[in-house]
Amino acid sequence: MSTDIKTRRGLTLNLKGAASNVFKAAPSSSKFAIKPTDFHGVFPKLVCKEGDKVKAGQPLFYSKYQDSIQFVSPVSGTLTAVKRGAKRKVLELSLTADEKQQSVKHKLPSLEKITSDEVKSLLLSSGNWPFIKQRPYDLVADPNAQPKAIFISAYATAPLAARLDVVLEGQQDAFQTGINMLAKLVPCVHLSIGAEEETLLAQTENCIIHRVKGPHPVGNVGVQIHHVDPINAGEVAWVVGAEDVANIGRFFQIGKFDASRTLAVAGHPVSTPCYFKTMIGAALLPLLKDVGVENTATLRVINGDVLSGTETSADSYVGYYNNTLSVLPEGNRYRMFGWLPFVGPKLHSMSNTSLSWLFPKRVYSPDTNLNGEERALVVTGEMERVFPMDIFPMQLLKACMANDIEKMEQLGIYEVAPEDFALIDYTSSSKIEAQAIIREALDLMYKEVG
Amino acid sequence: MIMKLRKQIDQLKKPFAKGSKLERFAPAVNAFDTFLFVPNHTTKKGAHIRDAVDLKRTMVTVIIALIPALIYGIYNTGYQYFIQTGETFTFLDAFLHGSFKILPMIAVSYGVGLAIEFAFAVYRGHEVNEGYLVTGLLIPMIMPVDIPLWMVGLSVAFAVLIAKEAFGGTGMNILNPALTARAFAFFAYPTYMSGNKVWVSEASTVDGVSGETILGTLASGIPVDYTMFEMFSGAIPGSIAETSTLWVLVGAAILIFTGVGSWRIMLGGVLGAAGMGFLFNLWGANALMQFDWLNHMIVGGFAFGIVFMATDPVSAAQTQRGKWIYGVLVGILCILIRIFNPAYPEGVMLAILLMNVFAPTIDHYVVQANVSRRLKRKQSTNFQTA
Repeated sequence: MSTDIKTRRGLTLNLKGAASNVFKAAPSSSKFAIKPTDFHGVFPKLVCKEGDKVKAGQPLFYSKYQDSIQFVSPVSGTLTAVKRGAKRKVLELSLTADEKQQSVKHKLPSLEKITSDEVKSLLLSSGNWPFIKQRPYDLVADPNAQPKAIFISAYATAPLAARLDVVLEGQQDAFQTGINMLAKLVPCVHLSIGAEEETLLAQTENCIIHRVKGPHPVGNVGVQIHHVDPINAGEVAWVVGAEDVANIGRFFQIGKFDASRTLAVAGHPVSTPCYFKTMIGAALLPLLKDVGVENTATLRVINGDVLSGTETSADSYVGYYNNTLSVLPEGNRYRMFGWLPFVGPKLHSMSNTSLSWLFPKRVYSPDTNLNGEERALVVTGEMERVFPMDIFPMQLLKACMANDIEKMEQLGIYEVAPEDFALIDYTSSSKIEAQAIIREALDLMYKEVG
Repeated sequence: MIMKLRKQIDQLKKPFAKGSKLERFAPAVNAFDTFLFVPNHTTKKGAHIRDAVDLKRTMVTVIIALIPALIYGIYNTGYQYFIQTGETFTFLDAFLHGSFKILPMIAVSYGVGLAIEFAFAVYRGHEVNEGYLVTGLLIPMIMPVDIPLWMVGLSVAFAVLIAKEAFGGTGMNILNPALTARAFAFFAYPTYMSGNKVWVSEASTVDGVSGETILGTLASGIPVDYTMFEMFSGAIPGSIAETSTLWVLVGAAILIFTGVGSWRIMLGGVLGAAGMGFLFNLWGANALMQFDWLNHMIVGGFAFGIVFMATDPVSAAQTQRGKWIYGVLVGILCILIRIFNPAYPEGVMLAILLMNVFAPTIDHYVVQANVSRRLKRKQSTNFQTA
């Protein structure tokens, strides 16, 4: 049986400002922060208070409803502030790093003889567990679940996204250790790599390698799961980010929580887009300054890719999961008669009502303008064009809007994550917010079905 | 210049801003504003960048596709009148005569329809949807030329209120609103919608001017004496803009090329009707059955209906496989109605309306196949692990 994944439906956007394969050391900064909002559905219970000294790897908070899952500090330093929002929701834990870094050290058994229970308890106690997420529901994994497999996508297809084979350059050893440890937890580990990328990852052992080819969103791990071993009702699969596997691997090599992160800073307002070796929770402002981003007031900074990332501000911090930091100009402008067909050749459109199909090689510089207004769902067939799964996306979205749990289950809600609907957001002529609809529906399913 | 205009509009819109006195009427004002400018809205959640296409562009594309047929329809109105009165005339004369007849109908259709749309937008507090721009042009295009304007207005009101707003507005309707308007007029005022006095301009007032549609002629058992080219180019009596298959095909090309209209439905419809027409040709029991299957494609509203009415994405089937089934069935039913029910020679309207009703059922079975595939997959994995 071939293990390759090939899709035809989808859309790869060529945007200006992709990161060049240059690594830079991040400018040093003592400001860090961890945002509990990065962990959807986690209700944080703080274990330290403002002014406390913490070591790197020391817990900052745990999940109220799954108290074995710890969230740890990326650096040693002082917890300077706890920023709260409405209903005292914890938004941000700010840290000032010490000059001299100290880490919590964990005692490791021999990696040859380590058991699955030992791996699991070490991941939980060291703060590495949040790297593992679960499908369905796209949440931090439940340690008590019995997953059928772990899926790792080392092939990113989203526009401007960091190339994961580049990110993992020089980290192959840690990556392999990470895979070895994760393989103890589940019957099977699946790793997908780009079919056309020359990468040492192809030599990774202890896992099934899938060569992936096709337009975005084929790099989304959800699409890959759907084509390899789809999730049925009642089943669970775990997913781990490619670099997160290396972080886990390094923990098992040295016994210390490793928060290092390779971050591509990309987007056409960035004058020298490149990769940084930085850390989870590091301040963004010094990074942005370093690549020549000035005047951030008219820009949008996104933790993640431009399709499925989270909007953040320039004085915010590196997110927990993302390898890409995207920068876009805000599109707060009017376009006279912009609704006429065949006008605005500089704007990309998948629809043939624009002329952009004539220039398949053109590189676009989009902004955040909605290019229209939200309307009722009228056009049919456009969602299917960018949704490479055996699922009816519009019917599923409608079931989600109607909160019809039974129908959502029948139509395959367990197989999708919000990011899989990012291109539907993008191409929709009714400007619907498909990702938000799916997120709410997944939350509802989690509450009702678990 | 543009900036200045923008500033003035912003000034005008101030009393309609959130929290101001006239806030409720904001949708009505916005509807005009968005025609001048694509608004400055930025993405709030979800994908941070968006495609340049929007519903307005999609709808305007349909209008562009309708224009060739409309222009020919206007000309043909004058042409049919002048060849009967025997006056000498130029293209311009015919076009002006037609414009004089048809532009008021379009004005009434848009006036009545948009008034209702705006009222509902203000009442429900949502923005005005662009769907009526197409519906409002389609309705006069499928009416007989001599229909009184008040009937156009009443049909429009019926269609918008009963076929669309009663179901929740744009995107929620079961039936195609434009065809509902025609069906309403057809059943409410049959004397104005059939016979030989309505299809040619002034036929009811000027002696000696008359004209029956080809399907009407056939239904009463009289053979037609138009050439195939006349039927194809549209120089025949009929509803205003449906007579010319040639210009409808130009519209079809625009719709298919831009991807706005479903080629699956169009091709399915043509295949269904051709197949059915061919079978009846083989049977050939009466004049209608003997009517060549190829001619069925080019007379009556078949071409116009299959290109502009059956492809309405809201009332058609919405799944890809469903679109094929829906299209083929529209074609088959259209010929069946034409041949077996001579009282309603225009089968395509009824065929599409009927299939509009069945489209959700077709989709249901297409989607159900996917659902049972998923269930089966689950059972087979349970079996393996058990």
